[in-house]
Amino acid sequence: MIHSLFLINHSGDIFLEKHWKSVISRSVCDYFFEVKEKAVDPENVPPVLQTPHHYLISIYRGKLFFLSVVQTEVPPLFVIEFLHRVADTFQDYFGECSEGVIKDNLVTVYELLEEMLDNGFPLATESNVLKEMIRPPNILRSVVNTLTGGSNVGDTLPTGQLSNVPWRRAGVKYTNNEAYFDVVEEIDAILDKSGTTVFAEIQGVVEACVRLTGMPDLTLSFMNPRLLDDMSFHPCVRFKRWESERVLSFIPPDGNFTLMTYHVSSQNLVAIPVYVKQNINFFETGSCGRLDITIGPKQNMGKTVEGLMVTIHMPKVVLSANLTATQGNYTYDLTTKVLVWDIGKLNPQKLPNLRGSLSMQAGAPKPEENPSLNIDLKIQQLAISGLKVSRLDMYGEKYKPFKGVKYLTKAGKFQRLSLSFL
Amino acid sequence: MLESSKESLKLEAMKRIVGDPNQFIRASALRVLSSIRVPIIVPIMMLAIKEAAADLSPYVRKTSAHAIQKLFSLDADQKEQLIEVIEKLLKDKSTLVAGSVVMAFEEVCPDRIDLIHKNYRKLCNLLVDVEEWGQVVIISMLTRYARTQFTSPWKEGAMFDENNEKAFYESDSEEKKGHTEEKPYIMDPDHRLLLRNTKPLLQSRNTAVVMSVAQLYWHLAPKHEVSIVTKSLVRLLRSHREVQYIVLQNIATMSIQRKGMFEPFMKSFYVRSTDATHIKTLKLEILTNLANEANISTILREFQTYVKSQDKAFAAATIQAIGRCATNISEVTDTCLNGLVLLLSNRDETVVAESVVVIKKLLQTQPTQHSEIIKHMAKLFDNITVPMARASILWLIGEYCERVPKIAPDVLRKMAKSFTAEEDIVKLQTVNLAAKLYLTNSKQTKLLTQYILNLGKYDQNYDIRDRTRFIRQLIVPSEKSGALNKYARRILLAPKPAPVLESSFKDRDRFQLGTLSHSLNSKATGYQELSDWPAVAPDQSVRNVEIIEASGSDSEEESSESEKTSSDSGKSSSGSEQSSSESELEQKKKKKTKKVPQKKSKPTAADRYSEIPAVCWSLRASFFFPVTTSSFGPVKTYELLHHMTGKGLAAKYHFPRQPCLYQPSMVAVQVILSNSSDHSLEEIHIGDRSPASLSIHCFNTIERLEPEASVTVSMGIDFSDSTQAANFQLCTKEDQFSVSIQPAVGELLMPSSMTEQDFCKEQGKLQGMNETSATITMETANASSQAISKQVLSVANVGVVSSSQNNFSRFAGRTVSSGALVLVSLELKESSTALLTINTEKTVMASMLLRDIKQALTQA
Repeated sequence: MIHSLFLINHSGDIFLEKHWKSVISRSVCDYFFEVKEKAVDPENVPPVLQTPHHYLISIYRGKLFFLSVVQTEVPPLFVIEFLHRVADTFQDYFGECSEGVIKDNLVTVYELLEEMLDNGFPLATESNVLKEMIRPPNILRSVVNTLTGGSNVGDTLPTGQLSNVPWRRAGVKYTNNEAYFDVVEEIDAILDKSGTTVFAEIQGVVEACVRLTGMPDLTLSFMNPRLLDDMSFHPCVRFKRWESERVLSFIPPDGNFTLMTYHVSSQNLVAIPVYVKQNINFFETGSCGRLDITIGPKQNMGKTVEGLMVTIHMPKVVLSANLTATQGNYTYDLTTKVLVWDIGKLNPQKLPNLRGSLSMQAGAPKPEENPSLNIDLKIQQLAISGLKVSRLDMYGEKYKPFKGVKYLTKAGKFQRLSLSFL
Repeated sequence: MLESSKESLKLEAMKRIVGDPNQFIRASALRVLSSIRVPIIVPIMMLAIKEAAADLSPYVRKTSAHAIQKLFSLDADQKEQLIEVIEKLLKDKSTLVAGSVVMAFEEVCPDRIDLIHKNYRKLCNLLVDVEEWGQVVIISMLTRYARTQFTSPWKEGAMFDENNEKAFYESDSEEKKGHTEEKPYIMDPDHRLLLRNTKPLLQSRNTAVVMSVAQLYWHLAPKHEVSIVTKSLVRLLRSHREVQYIVLQNIATMSIQRKGMFEPFMKSFYVRSTDATHIKTLKLEILTNLANEANISTILREFQTYVKSQDKAFAAATIQAIGRCATNISEVTDTCLNGLVLLLSNRDETVVAESVVVIKKLLQTQPTQHSEIIKHMAKLFDNITVPMARASILWLIGEYCERVPKIAPDVLRKMAKSFTAEEDIVKLQTVNLAAKLYLTNSKQTKLLTQYILNLGKYDQNYDIRDRTRFIRQLIVPSEKSGALNKYARRILLAPKPAPVLESSFKDRDRFQLGTLSHSLNSKATGYQELSDWPAVAPDQSVRNVEIIEASGSDSEEESSESEKTSSDSGKSSSGSEQSSSESELEQKKKKKTKKVPQKKSKPTAADRYSEIPAVCWSLRASFFFPVTTSSFGPVKTYELLHHMTGKGLAAKYHFPRQPCLYQPSMVAVQVILSNSSDHSLEEIHIGDRSPASLSIHCFNTIERLEPEASVTVSMGIDFSDSTQAANFQLCTKEDQFSVSIQPAVGELLMPSSMTEQDFCKEQGKLQGMNETSATITMETANASSQAISKQVLSVANVGVVSSSQNNFSRFAGRTVSSGALVLVSLELKESSTALLTINTEKTVMASMLLRDIKQALTQA
């Protein structure tokens, strides 16, 4: 299925190639470079391309292109999903997925790629299985390896691949047994000029960090599972039990993993935690403009809004900004024309305000459209949908684990439009 | 040297495959051996594969399935022998092997569908527990299989209220029509088994799996069941950019045929400024496909913002989309056309050019009296430089030259001057225009035409020379020209059919969804066509044989392992018990692993479930997928007709607060009609109305409303600024029901935007008699300007006027029918009192509005 993989950096150099079948010449990437040249932004390169003899399927992650070559019909999502899984694995192993890190760990990278695909068909993609075969690098081991000529390949054979719980490695032992769950929710919203919600929804994810000895069988239940509208699960979750009882029952993988992602039914009106008063004007004459933004708390259920940040993509004609912020500080990037106002914590007594003038290119016409505002924020200890974990039970093991749940609300794609069509 | 090292490697590997006690070593040895791509090794590899396929360890057997593909690519002559191995491996009951062997099957012998028969039910039942990559492969194979083995579930009667669907599937169902009409369709239990066992996979975290289940439902499920995949597909849109791209492509194809599936999720396809260009274009495509009479105003408003986008390529694509909406929905053609004409004065050239091209197409579809627009475009002609747009204007003037008799020759004169500097496409159209004018108005243009033809004769481009020669012979009478000359007028000025603006995804449905070929819109190497449904189902019993055999051989295992450990089986209802027993079993299993490589024989018990009648399943389905429609903003729904009085027909209405499309003086009302009876209702329409002068824009007659179905229609009512109820009759084929819509006074307004200064100025004009005010008491908690706006907006459809003073809130609106200003202002005083003032000429409305707002503010 997947024939070859090329890793290409931002400037267009192929710095790693791996072939699972016969070798395909690098020149196949020329077709890709041609398209990349035409698309100004790397984000705009179409993921699927056709060349006379091959098909190129690529993803763009962390300023790198993962370009795979296929020769025959294959579901494109299959390849895309796999490539993302490769990038995720690198992230998991090396902490980040960048050119430098991959070059530093070339041996491990090739070992991983060899194990993940056999003849172009995915073989072992579970992090738990891979980690048993190929150990993640750490400084001590790399020193020892250099001195003794050893490698990262594990000396025990992975048994996970054989069991019917392939995601969990066998013989796990911890002295402190702990299970942590993070419920992270993101609000996606578009507000129009008058502050009315055009579109709003909540997407959530339950991230887990489970360090438990043996083969624990966990059951996680929610106070209000009816809230959840649509979800996807880690393969470990028993779907039938969810269907009949609305509880998550699973044998967890070892370590960090995403237990489920969910979408909160749109029938429940989404509470927008802040309101924004904004006034951006460009004057017809004098090539300048005025900007005035105030942010205040709305429905935040008694919690403080933190990490508040406003990003505005200014029209190209705006040359510089001369503003004063009552709280936090702002930066205006002249090349990308992005204004970032980093506010931090929102103090309801003293609302943060940013005002001042914008200077525009002389003689340039007034921009037709006012820029839209992107808002970023965080609320600790709150899941904005109201979802609550009620209890976690463990079966199959005798010890008492430490259990913890954390809630966090973030802004996802939160846009405040300033449109003038009404 | 190389030879000998290979030889020794070979021998070593062989030795390991046969003899090593550790299954991992055996498997790895086979992997190494099969990765040596040298033809000489073929016989040994064949031997090794056969050996490994019979191994006790499922992991080794899995590796052998991988090796089959490698050997096949090395030496295709081994096909027959390999098929034998595949046949054997297909019988394997391990979840580990299933995915890999089906992959080998697809690669080596995808046409040997007969090998699948006996394994079909087993594969269906194993599916949930196979690793995710294997699931994708198995599902796509089973989709092809099912299309050859079962009859079509898409019979006429089972269709839902989608009228376009019928037209589309005609080609598929025509030849079978006779057959299906004679006897009612009963779904093959095996067909149902496949659908039921794939459904849970929609919840997979792997996007490829979700997509493959979605395509399976699209190609195999009865029409009304397909919609359960919608929510999952929409969920995938939250994933990475590349995933979005593929999923949106598939949704675009689906949405052409089934608007209803994605309409409730329309807002998920709204474009964000951060989207990549190809994502934006795909979303636009889908929004255009989803447009219908009820939602067009929302979509057009959304489009209006896109036109202003800084991404000009995207703005151009939006204009194309507006053009498509205008041709598809006749109610809005004029609105769209007017909007596009406004865009002609846009500053950006690409936007103007694109508008010209689209207007050209629109005018062609309805060439009535649009000479004004043509004149306007002729005026703009000098400023437009994009060749395509210039060419379009020239063509328009030429085509309708009789409607603009004065302007056309003048444009030709200008063109004659600049002819040599123009682009080829413009030159061609100039020649065209000259010829048409020569025929209609030869007195004025004879010399000009000849001049242009002469220029064309010596042009560098042979196409233009060619065209010029042809035109000259055609229109200028001479002795050589012959008979054709007489028909010149009829040839050049023949009425031309309007172009059809349609989706670029129109023809993509010839490919199976989710495939590479679908994504590229061209057939990829190795693409397997999805066959049409057979008219008569092939023998069903072919799938039976193995089941009896299998359950026979497995019976002992089953009894010893009565509490099966399938990671998913939730057969037992009490959770805790099951879990504990499961984990015990887990330990048992581990012990077992050491002795024998575990053989995971999967639920043969589940096979028996296949006989459950379809009814049960659909009950579950409806429980699990409650249909949700999103509702935002202060929308209140009122009852129009209760289903008890309406003999099953229920109607609700709300005010969408959008400008009415049909006539500006009307208030837009959306009516949701639903059928709660057990039979379908036909010919739903609006009958007599009272008072007779009441002007209503009725919705189109609904031909048929199936039981449990509902449909949203929009209508417009001119209330002439009074709250007098609009009474009319809602009729079905058999009955008539008198209903009435009584508007709240706030709904008779539309928001008006103005600055604070204007507001004060207007307020100054409306003093005295025209002012109504009251003092109200509010709780301090609700006294924030946000809370006040929210309450006021919930009562009345007015716009917020930005205010510089904190204690003032101002709102402005106009009455829909007469356009009289309505100004609402609220001044907060100390001790939680506030002064509410309304200024308007319509004093009756003012007092009613005052009462409503007061109530809303004090109650909150």
